[in-house]
Amino acid sequence: MVRVLFFGRLREAAGRSELEITPTGATIADLICQIERQEPALGEALRSPSVKVALDQQFVRPDGQISGAKEVAFMPPLSGG
Amino acid sequence: MLVEVKTTPFDANGALSRFTLSRPHAGACVSFLGTCRADSANGAVLGLELQHYPGFTEQEIGREAKAILSRFDLLDLLIIHRVGRVAPGDAIVLAAALSAHRAAAFTAVEVLMDYLKTDAPFWKQELREDGWHWIEPTKEDVARSARHKGDLS
Repeated sequence: MVRVLFFGRLREAAGRSELEITPTGATIADLICQIERQEPALGEALRSPSVKVALDQQFVRPDGQISGAKEVAFMPPLSGG
Repeated sequence: MLVEVKTTPFDANGALSRFTLSRPHAGACVSFLGTCRADSANGAVLGLELQHYPGFTEQEIGREAKAILSRFDLLDLLIIHRVGRVAPGDAIVLAAALSAHRAAAFTAVEVLMDYLKTDAPFWKQELREDGWHWIEPTKEDVARSARHKGDLS
């Protein structure tokens, strides 16, 4: 089971801040496909090239492996200050 | 080095004073205080709502601050950043650097602020008369930040 976190406008697209899912594939792209089958609009939003991904609180490439991660975070463009 | 993300208003003057006094060998303290504006190019701003990723946000800012601390000739760095609902006039971010001489502290605070604007894990929405709008880095923010990355490579 993986905890999937959404931030910023993705939280709005998801309608919630997180969900729990048992990944059926090995990669982040597979996970997005799995979410997209249930929620097409959210899946499309997660695919945006501007979305950054972190696995267990480490930035990773969006084409990376999930490999046992407990937490996956999807982050739209960052903006502080 | 102090990195804090606050969910409630903070006393920027008090924090800056404590920070400055903590390092008697510093000859320069440069600080930047970012506040919530009451208007933007799109009209009146009634407030902001900032989100962060608890744990990760502090970790990422800490990592960047540590790199800046060692890159420039600094004695210490301070970063306090608000999340949650912020009203016009409220402090959003306080960034400060202590160094023996002013040049390093000026540069460090500029680099740190440009990082916070474009690369730190925060998300913000602006409340206008017609509702909430997500705010993303401007082209100028991105260009400024990229310039520093070029400097550092």
